[in-house]
Amino acid sequence: MALIDSRKVVTGVFTKERPEIAERTLRTDRWWLQPALTFGVLISFVIYATFRAFEKKYYFAEPLISPFYSPCLSTACVEGSTHFGTPIGSITIFGLLISPALFILIFPLGFRMTCYYYRKSYYRAFWMSPPACAVAEPHKKYTGETRAPLILQNGHRWFFYAGLVLNVILTYDAIIAFKNADGQWGHMSVGTLVLLLNASFLWLYSASCHTCRHTIGGRLKNFSKHPLRYKAWTVVSRLNHYHPNFAWVSLFGVAFTDLYIRLVASGAITNFYFF
Amino acid sequence: MSKKINLRIWRGDVNSGKLEDVVVEANEGEVVLDVIHRVQATQMGDLAVRWNCKAGKCGSCSMEINGKPRLACMTQVANFNEDETITITPLRAFPVIKDLVTDVSFNYKKAMEIEAFSPPADLKPGQARMQQIDVERSQEFRKCIECFLCQDTCHVIRDHEENKKSFAGPRFFIRIAELDMHPLDMLKNRKKKAQEEHGLGMCNITKCCTEVCPEHIKITDNAIIPMKERVVDVKYDPVRWLGSKIRKREGIV
Repeated sequence: MALIDSRKVVTGVFTKERPEIAERTLRTDRWWLQPALTFGVLISFVIYATFRAFEKKYYFAEPLISPFYSPCLSTACVEGSTHFGTPIGSITIFGLLISPALFILIFPLGFRMTCYYYRKSYYRAFWMSPPACAVAEPHKKYTGETRAPLILQNGHRWFFYAGLVLNVILTYDAIIAFKNADGQWGHMSVGTLVLLLNASFLWLYSASCHTCRHTIGGRLKNFSKHPLRYKAWTVVSRLNHYHPNFAWVSLFGVAFTDLYIRLVASGAITNFYFF
Repeated sequence: MSKKINLRIWRGDVNSGKLEDVVVEANEGEVVLDVIHRVQATQMGDLAVRWNCKAGKCGSCSMEINGKPRLACMTQVANFNEDETITITPLRAFPVIKDLVTDVSFNYKKAMEIEAFSPPADLKPGQARMQQIDVERSQEFRKCIECFLCQDTCHVIRDHEENKKSFAGPRFFIRIAELDMHPLDMLKNRKKKAQEEHGLGMCNITKCCTEVCPEHIKITDNAIIPMKERVVDVKYDPVRWLGSKIRKREGIV
């Protein structure tokens, strides 16, 4: 009787013509584990990033700058951190000065939010659409990415281009980290290594992106007429296989880099110089 | 060496049905389809099951085994623990006919809606010339055996019957991609039609189709996402659109 009642209100696997099975799934494996882990990791990152974006301090320790605040473009930035000037000036809302991080984080956030890999992850983990394969989702209606706001996922390539600009800037940050705290070149610290690794992971994440794969050659009909682009496409396709790995490594990399610089800037640890 | 295994098989039709327990002998190296046939021969003479090649190439014996869409002929009994009960049901995305047999005609109707291959009008038989690198993307999709496991697991129609009108499903997105990437396909607006008529925009990239494909076709990475990017070229990227108007660009028809 309960089954008949559920059929009246639920579509999908409980539709009348389908096999009469009461369970939402008959999977016996731990299908819930992966979405649960994804949820935990992503929500932890969001909480940490939000805290850091609004903390507005401990993001610069000459010559290291946190990726959450780079490039620092407002007059609210701490002295020495504005490598590219202060074109934004200072913007306040209700008398509160807006954190310089908010002008920057919108781009990497948009890039990751519209990323084809992260879409799979958070649609499963947060929206349960579906929670796992062959596990009935709880929603009564589904329109996918055909309407606002999800139709905006089609703007992934614009965030990809913005991400490339940020990668260049973060690479610049890693290069100037070969200075010491007095501004002299030819030195290298643990911070230099951290920034270099962070920039490398971000480049790998961008280079393995599906939009990169499409832009560099995937959109062509005739590879034989474009041998260089075909070669580039094959390289990006190989990287694309590891895109999920790069997505997670670069996410952890950004958080670790920021944490390291926070610890140095707050005086909790000293940035050790190799030479 | 044989052993006894526990099965729960769904028996019924469109009106009603239930899971029935059965104990059956299984020999070393056998697959689930083998033990279903033994049940059919020894205990359930009227058990309906669709099958043909027993080699993972015809796509007939698609069913759900412990809740996962799989080919019964490619699922080893040895993969399950000895004390585990193996639950076998028909595909849950389609109307049931009897026992393990479902009505998959939805897929054939969708196949007829896909616009056919359109070579250049002046191309005579035997004149087509193309290089391997130009067709290898399309060839991956030709491996499809039409088992419809991807269609079965896709939540867009599995969990929403009403979407069947407007959504072709992953099997047909690889067909559209196969044609759109073919160097001799000249059909205009295949990308727009994929989005507007075949429901490409409803896919949210959760990759279940790729996970269940017995031919290991990278449905999402190699077909659906490239098609979504091609749709962006013609519908959501004004710079690309303008560029295509100023000078004819390849691959943006």
